[in-house]
Amino acid sequence: MIDFDVDGDGIAVITWNMTGKPMNVLNEDSLTAFFAAVEKAIADDAVKGVVVASAKKDFVAGADLDAIFAVTDPAVLFPKHMDMQNRFRAIEKAGKPFVAAINGTALGGGLEIALACHYRIAADNPKAQIGLPEVTLGLLPGAGGTQRLPRMIGAQAALPLLLEGKRLSPKEAHGAGIVEKLVAPDALLAEAKAWLKAAKPDDCVKPWDRKTFKMPGGKPTEGRNRDIFAAGNAMLRARTYGNYPAAVNIMSCVYEGCTIDIDGGLRVETRYFINCLNTPEAHNMVRFFHSMTKAKNLAARPKDVAPSSYTRVGILGAGMMGAGIAHAAASAGIDTVLLDTDLAKAEQGRDHSAGLLDKRLKRGRMTAQARDDVLARIQPTADYADLAGCQLVVEAVFEDRAIKAGVTQKAEAAIGAEAIFASNTSTLPISGLAEASARPERFIGLHFFSPVDRMPLVEIIMGEKTSQEALARAMDFVKAIRKTPIVVNDSRGFYTSRVFGTYVNEGLALLSEGVSPALIENAGRMAGMPVGPLAVADEVSLELVSRIRKQTRADLGDAYRGHPGDAVIDVMVDGLGRLGKKAGRGFYDYPEEGRKRLWPDLAQHFPPVAEQPGVDEVMMRLMYVQSVETARCMEEEVVTDPRHADVGSVFGWGFSPSRGGTISQIQSIGLPAFVGECDRLAQAYGPRFAPPQLLRDMAGSGESFYAA
Amino acid sequence: MPDAYIYDTVRTPRGKGRASGSLHEVTPIRLAVTALQAVRDRNNLDTAEVEDIVLGVVMPHGEQGSDIARVAAIDAGYAETAAGVQINRFCASGLEATNMAAAQVMSGQAQMTIGGGVESMSRVPMGSDGGAWAMDPQVAYRSYFVPQGISADLVATKYGFSRDDVDAYAVESQKRAKKAWDEGRFAKSVVPVKDINGLTILDRDEHLRPETTMQSLAALEPSFVVPGDQFGFDSVALQRYPEVERITHVHHAGNSSGIVDGAAAVLLGTREVGARLGLKPRARIRAFASIGSEPTIMLTGPTPAAEKALKTAGMSPEDIDLYELNEAFASVVLRFMQALNIDHDRINVNGGAIAMGHPLGATGAMILGTVLDELERTGKGTALATLCVGAGMGTATIIERV
Repeated sequence: MIDFDVDGDGIAVITWNMTGKPMNVLNEDSLTAFFAAVEKAIADDAVKGVVVASAKKDFVAGADLDAIFAVTDPAVLFPKHMDMQNRFRAIEKAGKPFVAAINGTALGGGLEIALACHYRIAADNPKAQIGLPEVTLGLLPGAGGTQRLPRMIGAQAALPLLLEGKRLSPKEAHGAGIVEKLVAPDALLAEAKAWLKAAKPDDCVKPWDRKTFKMPGGKPTEGRNRDIFAAGNAMLRARTYGNYPAAVNIMSCVYEGCTIDIDGGLRVETRYFINCLNTPEAHNMVRFFHSMTKAKNLAARPKDVAPSSYTRVGILGAGMMGAGIAHAAASAGIDTVLLDTDLAKAEQGRDHSAGLLDKRLKRGRMTAQARDDVLARIQPTADYADLAGCQLVVEAVFEDRAIKAGVTQKAEAAIGAEAIFASNTSTLPISGLAEASARPERFIGLHFFSPVDRMPLVEIIMGEKTSQEALARAMDFVKAIRKTPIVVNDSRGFYTSRVFGTYVNEGLALLSEGVSPALIENAGRMAGMPVGPLAVADEVSLELVSRIRKQTRADLGDAYRGHPGDAVIDVMVDGLGRLGKKAGRGFYDYPEEGRKRLWPDLAQHFPPVAEQPGVDEVMMRLMYVQSVETARCMEEEVVTDPRHADVGSVFGWGFSPSRGGTISQIQSIGLPAFVGECDRLAQAYGPRFAPPQLLRDMAGSGESFYAA
Repeated sequence: MPDAYIYDTVRTPRGKGRASGSLHEVTPIRLAVTALQAVRDRNNLDTAEVEDIVLGVVMPHGEQGSDIARVAAIDAGYAETAAGVQINRFCASGLEATNMAAAQVMSGQAQMTIGGGVESMSRVPMGSDGGAWAMDPQVAYRSYFVPQGISADLVATKYGFSRDDVDAYAVESQKRAKKAWDEGRFAKSVVPVKDINGLTILDRDEHLRPETTMQSLAALEPSFVVPGDQFGFDSVALQRYPEVERITHVHHAGNSSGIVDGAAAVLLGTREVGARLGLKPRARIRAFASIGSEPTIMLTGPTPAAEKALKTAGMSPEDIDLYELNEAFASVVLRFMQALNIDHDRINVNGGAIAMGHPLGATGAMILGTVLDELERTGKGTALATLCVGAGMGTATIIERV
């Protein structure tokens, strides 16, 4: 796990080399072994200096998230954690130099090991990531990161790195002052040893262990830093709406800890770290991380289907979605045939890619050669014969059954019998569309999100006849184009559109009840949604919302259950002709200059009631309605894996990440409490909140969706 | 319970609170000493009778630190038995100091005290003392801290005061202050600040801009757009007041209190001590109150503070002849008038801090003197002085002429 060697010059090399894990991670076992090696090196007078290195591709990837919540009781954890902090301090105070030889990715605890050394040399490996991303998991760097980094580079420079969890390349980390030296990868060990041999006694005293030490940029409580903290606190709340206690705790670690000596600071950090561990947000975000990782690694992929790879795919329809999908495929090195009704339209689709690539080029994120290579892989055409040889075709034409049936048949005539045919429909049931296919077992839904280049999710929809093989191969495709798939079964709106719609509809219902539109919108954002429900409705277009609902009502007939939001849309679209953002007027006005503004006349058409509800109640309605609908999807087996429900909600429509996803929200609150609240909400606002039997049964028998 | 009587009120003129202001060269202790010596000299006071001196200071550090009240008493040549204590209730410090000084009299623990305050804003800048509220992440986060200017704009937004409303209020404040100065209405209380040779440095408030018009104010950009927008404070305020869509920024230097230097003192005592020393009581303290209110909107405290003091005095808002509410921001006064249904001709009749400035620690004692002078000038009986206070507080004092 930890190798220990001493060379002829008295230089010990402590090498992280964990077995049974793909990467080096910090856990009880690895840290025990590491500190044993450290103590051996310190105690051995023959050892003059120490290199901390890794035998794996990465340096150390961070804490072992499987074990992160193993101990959370503050009374137990505090002394245990301080023991670790003290052992890192022992490195700093060893009196002999320690150098970190950072060969690859050093994240979280991995970087904190390096920060505890006296010097850091990184291999100039552009793929390596260096940073403290704990905040993205609802945690904070608890092994000295919040104390050492600001003491090295100043609070003002350290805070953005800590608060955003930014990952830097070794070159950027060198520029930021996190690593002192950048070297060619093959020179790393030699350079590390050379530094040790040249190190003077003063080099093995940390700056903060010197009497002359001054915080770079001053203490947080002094001078201009006071304004930086005052504004920083506000900007943090403005950005996070109070949903990320870990970020506030990071601010406090720096504010309180960097005002005093390092040992006091490490105690402060430990206390806030333990506090983070005990927040529901950390549990939700770590759980989400596990779910996302599983989804990315295709944990749900049918195991007995041989892996497939892609060299040629076809996209039907070069509109915004089709062009986006083509761009994603070509960017992943796949030759892509982009077909539309005439060549000019198809070429416009390729131009979309050119625009995106040029932006990357301008920002220095890619070379002109790489851009040309991607563009060359997109072949615009109007000729179905060009689809020959495509292993998979994605149809992204207008949402019309007849049009879709036509392109399906034409494409199937051109592609091989083994090829997968996928539809990027967001609303039409897949099994119905598959009726136009000569091979419904190879017909599948691949629901991409807009804008495709930025949205990580693909919702894979199984039709009634879709085979496991088609699923496996579709998942391979999604992974190949660096997206994250979730798998759902066919249903109206599938999973994502169906549940996302409940958020919008609840906003409409609130408006119809006379809740002030500002309160509705603020509540949505405060709950952690990217935009308020009325703004979302405007963006989707009220006209489209109206059309989908009328279609649904026509399709369902008597089975259609009305929604209190329906009348709002009727007033806005049919009565007032306010069709949404595209039309420049919806719930908001969109002035040519300045920001959008809620339409002042809303108050006339939806008069606010005198007694407004509390914001907590509004937030609860907007958020719980999504979870209860997701639970219905689970009951109906539209979604079968809670992980997919969570990943789909956060990646698909931006469901509050600190709540971990729609199912995690239930998990976090606890099933009995959630059922109880939903019963109350159903009583007060209508049956859309009524918990499905599945939830009652699970609550009754003490089951939950996740183990913990 | 003994009554506390006001025997005298003095204040320095208010100098512009910047390097070009006349009082910038004068140390804060000198301002405080000026006020204390004036109280002594105007009343032929045996300072051995003064038992305690309570002075408000909002930035009590540096040359305003270290219990400036006690050191000012020593330097003013007061008897060594006159104790001194410095207090801080932010913008109401001067009134709070007076209330605390009065409370010693009313509780029978002292016969004669002085309340007052001092602030040299040009020398010890606002905000220079730090503090946990804005900076400490946990504290700022849990309490939705925003700077006062954002709060003032939130008051205007929430209670429906437009840019025109607040500007019109400011124009009127300037007009009233000019008229009051022209007619010598402040003469009774204002004592000049002099140099070591007896030369007058300043004998008039110098912050006034009587030429102010709606047009001249309209040219000013609102001051709190940048902190509101770029530093996120608007969003913080909206998270506390989610019924508000967005904050309309209406306040600027022309409709907010001016930054100035100055000091004030109020001589208080029992009726007996006045009689013994041959002093004539001018007014009786009827009641006073300090309250806490919601800290993000911060500046709505005067209403509940006034209501509490009125209740203690067994009075209703109509029983008050004259109101004096510190013009921290125009919206603060407009909201108070709206909440208690007070006509503009009963409040701040001689203008206020928008025209003359707000020397933080001293203002409360200054406006108490101003309103007492006005009661006497007009032959009216009762007055209520109040101030909005940082972190969501309000302080109010009711006086009655005798």
